[in-house]
Amino acid sequence: MKTDLLFDFTVDKTAKTVNITREFDAELSLVWDAYTKPEILDQWWAPRPWTSKTKFMNFEVGGRRFYAMVSPEGQEHWSIQRYTSISPKTNFKMFNAFADKDENPELPGSDWDLNFSEYNGRTKVSITIYNESLERMEKMIEMGFKEGTAMNMKNLEELLASLSQRK
Amino acid sequence: MRRDIFQAIADPTRRAILALIALQAMTPNAIADNFNTTRQSVSKHLRILTECELVKQQQQGREIYYSLEIEKMKEIDQWLNPFRKIWETRFDQLDQVLSTLKKQENEN
Repeated sequence: MKTDLLFDFTVDKTAKTVNITREFDAELSLVWDAYTKPEILDQWWAPRPWTSKTKFMNFEVGGRRFYAMVSPEGQEHWSIQRYTSISPKTNFKMFNAFADKDENPELPGSDWDLNFSEYNGRTKVSITIYNESLERMEKMIEMGFKEGTAMNMKNLEELLASLSQRK
Repeated sequence: MRRDIFQAIADPTRRAILALIALQAMTPNAIADNFNTTRQSVSKHLRILTECELVKQQQQGREIYYSLEIEKMKEIDQWLNPFRKIWETRFDQLDQVLSTLKKQENEN
């Protein structure tokens, strides 16, 4: 794992936006695929021990991805993403909303703008997430909090397991 | 009135004030010397920062010195940290996926 890959993360609560930039040590077409093909997306989208489960995904303008984040206990948190604009290997935009298991979106949602660029064999992805409401943004961050806690618990379990083996 | 700390850091001048007094406690006049705005507007920013409990005031003789509330600054960080962590983990996983894909490409 290269440690010199750029990672920049800022939240502007007033503008209700989150900006995330990250470099990847791979060529653009590969990174683009990782973001736009469900079989690859599901491999990394959910922070372990959560898993990502895409029920369907039509990557075209007007198309949708309906997927769940599944907690280690098997709890499903569904979301819908609707693609509003696609410029292959350069940019795509989507509207993202939490949903119930029957595809009914919970509004308001958030608008995502993802930009891809390649330089010296590395690919930079810049993501801007704009939330219509501050509450929505806080909910998004709280969701992250839940997953983050689960993640940390998992790390703790692993740590405890490795410690108990040493005895 | 108690304000949300995020209101405090939403404004570029207030962020600059925080950066200044992070280094040393300063009087309102000394702070204002660093900006092209009126003293009044700097006072207003300082009032907001005080209401958000991001800065504390200390009276020394006839002067008031402003300094940073480090604990409160940590709160901003704590609120964001889990969310940032999610993305970090997500991207670390993507790094792994990409390196697997690269290997597969090279083998074909």
